[in-house]
Amino acid sequence: MKQPLRPKSERAKPFERREMTFAEKLFYPAIWEGLKVTTKHLVENIFGRKHTVTLEYPEVQRPYPERFRGQHRLMQRDDGSPRCVACMCCSTACPSNCITIVAGERPEETIEKFPMRFEIDLLKCIYCGMCVEACPCDAIRMDSGVHPKPTYNRQAAIIDKEGLLAAGAKTIATQGGTFGSRVAGHLKKHI
Amino acid sequence: MTAQVVEALVHAAIKFAILVPGFVLALAALMSWIERRQSAMIQDRVGPNRASIGGVRAWGLFHIIADTLKFALKENIVPRGSNPLLFRLAPFMAMAPALIVFAVMPVGPTNRWVVSNLDVGILFIFAIGSLSVYGATIAGWSSNNNFSLLGALRVSAQMISYEVSLALNLVGVFMVFGSINLQTIIEGQGALLGGVLPKWGIVVQPVAFFLFLAASIAETKRTPFDAPEGEPELVSGYFTEYSGLALATWFLTEFAAVIMVAMMATAVFFGGWQIPWLPPTPALVATWWFQIACVMAFFAKTLFFVWVQMQLRWTLLRMRYDQIMTMGWKYILPISLANVLVTGLFLLLTR
Repeated sequence: MKQPLRPKSERAKPFERREMTFAEKLFYPAIWEGLKVTTKHLVENIFGRKHTVTLEYPEVQRPYPERFRGQHRLMQRDDGSPRCVACMCCSTACPSNCITIVAGERPEETIEKFPMRFEIDLLKCIYCGMCVEACPCDAIRMDSGVHPKPTYNRQAAIIDKEGLLAAGAKTIATQGGTFGSRVAGHLKKHI
Repeated sequence: MTAQVVEALVHAAIKFAILVPGFVLALAALMSWIERRQSAMIQDRVGPNRASIGGVRAWGLFHIIADTLKFALKENIVPRGSNPLLFRLAPFMAMAPALIVFAVMPVGPTNRWVVSNLDVGILFIFAIGSLSVYGATIAGWSSNNNFSLLGALRVSAQMISYEVSLALNLVGVFMVFGSINLQTIIEGQGALLGGVLPKWGIVVQPVAFFLFLAASIAETKRTPFDAPEGEPELVSGYFTEYSGLALATWFLTEFAAVIMVAMMATAVFFGGWQIPWLPPTPALVATWWFQIACVMAFFAKTLFFVWVQMQLRWTLLRMRYDQIMTMGWKYILPISLANVLVTGLFLLLTR
């Protein structure tokens, strides 16, 4: 079937080639214009690096965005013990199964469990941040801004509880206490 | 008689040894850094600045040493099927003429400042300079590589074409100053035209200057006339197969040619060692400080033209090969012929 012709306004217009003027054929004016541009850039870059955008990496580092997901850390309670209650939420959420938690029992009433082992295999981790999303008590964070470092063997890429805790810090959020507060309030809203 | 000849030879050898390794080769080495740094600045990059000695970077100047070391440590590969003797000889066949031409360049006011004040001056430069085309052609042929051969063909065609117009451009200048001795031409440019303008070559022969610049850049085989190297088509032209210090020799040859063009432009069109508005009276010329100042002026002008060529190289695009030929034969050659004619008529009528 033959396509109907498009209306004239939509058709491609032939490009009118015009003869070069004498000044253009000489090329020297054009070369002069080009030289002006390059010389301007040269001078302005030598005296003050006006247009240069290069970051000279090891000396100058670009600041990371606030939400950059770096190496993990475990947050601490006021007494320096991990906030983690070994609920296994993070290791369940983890798509690459890189978190190993062995839970221990606590005599305290409100917080019953604590992690005896808490290990993250950085070679398996994909830095997706699901563990941080899953954590109900702000125990695991990825806000350290640290890149995973290269290691000499695979074992060294596994950071244990002490290592994670050392990078951590105290948070102001309260923990434990009576059942209710945040989760209950959240649920109530949706019921 | 013999003692005089020996003495003159020794003097010439000492002067040549000071001028060529001391200025030309040193500047050529520096240009390998200038070119990369300048192109970086033009293109809003930073350029090589990482080589450091004991934490001192000096704007990347140590890259010269680093590059030389790297070149020296690389293997000099001679490709299979090549002509090993010619392949090894070619860089020197190109480099020797490129360095010999500096012998007639007067860098200062008296005969002390020129290696050999030949009466045929510029003709010597053309005669010897045109020999370097053999080096490039033989390099391309002996490499046993089609890209090299094509590059060599382009080199020979381009250099022979542009030599014609290069020489014709300067004929107008010879007519105005009545000599082909470079020292005489430079001395002739010391006068003031109408008491205000220095009688430099560019003032009396402006058309010839611009054509000379184009033709001489074509002679050095640099952008926009670097079709013989043409990376997108010919890998890197006639020196594709070279490596190690042989490759460095090619670069050095190219930079020496650039300096030669700069010196020619300085000597013929920009008053050579003349300091503008300071006529060299015999009393002044006799003083050593004036001579030094003149040499400084010459080198400063040379550096300026080196800079201009670098700037042009990073401003312009490469011309297509047929465009290069068209420009050489159909535009530059007729215009320089017309320039000679007009200059002759003018001189005839005003005499």
